[in-house]
Amino acid sequence: MSTATADDRELQRLRWQCRRGMLELDLLLDAFLERGWGDLDEAGRRAFERLLGFPDQVILDWLMQQAVPADAVLRDLVARILAVVIPPPPRP
Amino acid sequence: MPIPTRHFDALILGAGGAGLNAALRLAGADARVAVVSKVFPTRSHTVAAQGGVNAALANVMPDNWHWHMYDTVKGSDFLGDQDAIEYMCREAIATVYELEHAGVPFSRLDDGRIYQRPFGGQSQNFGGDQAARTCAAADRTGHAILHTLYQQNLRARTHFFDEFFAIDLLRDDEGYVIGALVLEIETGEPLIIASKTTLIATGGYGQVFRTSTNAFINTGDGMAMALRVGVPLMDMEFYQFHPTGVAGKGMLITEGARGEGGYLLNGDGERFMERYAPRALDLASRDVVSRAIATEVREGRGCGPNRDHVLLKLDHLGADVVHHRLPGISDICRTFVGIDPAKDPIPVFPTAHYAMGGIPTDRSARVVAPLRHGPEEVVPGLYAAGECACVSVHGANRLGGNSLLDILVFGRAAGQDILRYLKENPNHRPLTDSVIAPAMARLERWQRRGDGEPVHVVKADLRKLMEDHCGVFRTEAVMAEGVEKLVALRERVEGVRLTDHSQTFNTARIEALELDNLVDVGMATLCSALFRQESRGAHSRVDYPERDDQNWLRHSLYFRDGDRMDSKPVRTKPLTVESFPPKPRVY
Ligand SMILES: Cc1cc2nc3c(=O)[nH]c(=O)nc-3n(C[C@H](O)[C@H](O)[C@H](O)COP(=O)(O)OP(=O)(O)OC[C@H]3O[C@@H](n4cnc5c(N)ncnc54)[C@H](O)[C@@H]3O)c2cc1C
Repeated sequence: MSTATADDRELQRLRWQCRRGMLELDLLLDAFLERGWGDLDEAGRRAFERLLGFPDQVILDWLMQQAVPADAVLRDLVARILAVVIPPPPRP
Repeated sequence: MPIPTRHFDALILGAGGAGLNAALRLAGADARVAVVSKVFPTRSHTVAAQGGVNAALANVMPDNWHWHMYDTVKGSDFLGDQDAIEYMCREAIATVYELEHAGVPFSRLDDGRIYQRPFGGQSQNFGGDQAARTCAAADRTGHAILHTLYQQNLRARTHFFDEFFAIDLLRDDEGYVIGALVLEIETGEPLIIASKTTLIATGGYGQVFRTSTNAFINTGDGMAMALRVGVPLMDMEFYQFHPTGVAGKGMLITEGARGEGGYLLNGDGERFMERYAPRALDLASRDVVSRAIATEVREGRGCGPNRDHVLLKLDHLGADVVHHRLPGISDICRTFVGIDPAKDPIPVFPTAHYAMGGIPTDRSARVVAPLRHGPEEVVPGLYAAGECACVSVHGANRLGGNSLLDILVFGRAAGQDILRYLKENPNHRPLTDSVIAPAMARLERWQRRGDGEPVHVVKADLRKLMEDHCGVFRTEAVMAEGVEKLVALRERVEGVRLTDHSQTFNTARIEALELDNLVDVGMATLCSALFRQESRGAHSRVDYPERDDQNWLRHSLYFRDGDRMDSKPVRTKPLTVESFPPKPRVY
């Protein structure tokens, strides 16, 4: 199997892991998968996988910046996700 | 190759609050229970419910179930079935205490009793002073309930099929439902779950509308499955919209924003609510504000490059008010729109929130349908509970805090009645190839190769169509055109092809199966909305602005076969108390 298709499969698997019980998470995680996941290195991808294992409410608190993960790797990942998914301010 | 088959006493499709509460009742009584969920159970949509659950505990103010019942009947605009409502309001109290004992960390008063907050539509003494009836676990009630029920089920050894997608019900020639065909998402392998009883608890279908508060998984799968085995859907025209969702995204911007003094502007910078509700302005009732926004957009006075939304202006309130009294809104705006609402107006549009209609059931959660002899014949072996069901306790409109109650009470009732049924029907019924064939055909249809439209294009068109033709602006002409377009779209689905035919984690195929379901529930909604020629509760028609009890104090029924409509009477007789007759609406 070429790496491209392995990545595709992995993306499909993750796409389903990003289906959550809250619309907010669907939108943010899906957007990151589209636009940011591909740029993560191995360690970053492992962290993303770990993030997806947390309960919805916990991930929501992190992404809405109501709380910060105790773990530095997850903290960096959350910052990175937010940098990718938060839209730029509208032009005046 | 034969499809592998597993056998259970009870099959529960859906692991939200309704499914898990039913499973708990059953597993606790030593029945063999399977719970199938397309996502990991604690990712069910119940997790999103923040507000709370209603029960007349009378911990903060005087209260009793009879007042709760009155409010619910009135809130339903008299379309709710009063026997089911009485049952729910009575059971509410025990249900909340049961959850408390199971470990749900409800917020408490200083003396240790459960705290209760006031919510809209709650009264003391049959329409008197405000009541305080909503029990909450901080702002994460749904999360707390779902996680608690899941843990309890693990302990009770409920068998979970996580990340399995239910495709269709299996119904034999004598009309019994005897299980379902499901698909393991990881491997792409089909599995037959043969079961003496089946409970549909698959939740709502907000994804049929372009702008919705609902998660992506809410695609009405169970409702469409019911339709495909000949069961009608009831009262599908009643869908609750909130006037202000974030445009293009769907999240709610609470009414508190307008309560604090925020107001709406159209593309010309005009404060248009002055024309629709000169006195109440932006605080007019939900349907008035929703329709005003939709009208501005329809008539070309929307904002943005596509003129498809209006603006909610808060900047004049000052950063202090916006950030401190409306913190949730600031967070949503920052994260999803990239703006600070204390500086920039928020793009908004009415957002689809909650389905009052669904699979018709009695108060034991048994699915009932007019089949041969009467309007409410039991479909043997089949149950439904939760947002996918219509029992009907919400009638034409739902009160906040009553849907968590509904899923818990009727989930439990389903579990109880299933135990009774299992005693009377201890054996599995034979499962023949002809019963499985239609379900397999639906799965195999998506193996077809060749050129065709992609799923996401048709899905986007469907959601836009539903918003335009069956959203908050409803007239005969708008909806009749919608039905015509939807018939054409349904034909287009035949031509949709997948490009990915792999087995493992083929999410494209799952999305295709969901599209089938969305089209079916979309058609049910549109046909029902066209059918009902009156305004009642959440169904508000420009061409029939009044409620018409003479002709329409009836439940609508949509059948997939021939897109046929029928109706049946409302159950106006409660179990033990006097019925509440329809009263004129006063706002
Ligand atoms: C943002 C928001 C806030 C809300 N707040 C409140 C509130 O404060 N109070 C209140 O009373 N109500 C509230 N509601 C409404 C309430 O949350 C829902 O009506 C309720 O949670 C629905 O529960 P359920 O058990 O019927 O379904 P869900 O919790 O939606 O669960 C459905 C289950 O079915 C499964 N499923 C679906 N299709 C398939 C398939 N094809 N195969 C296998 N599994 C499938 C899913 O995986 C899931 O496990 C809110 C709703 C929203 C959107």
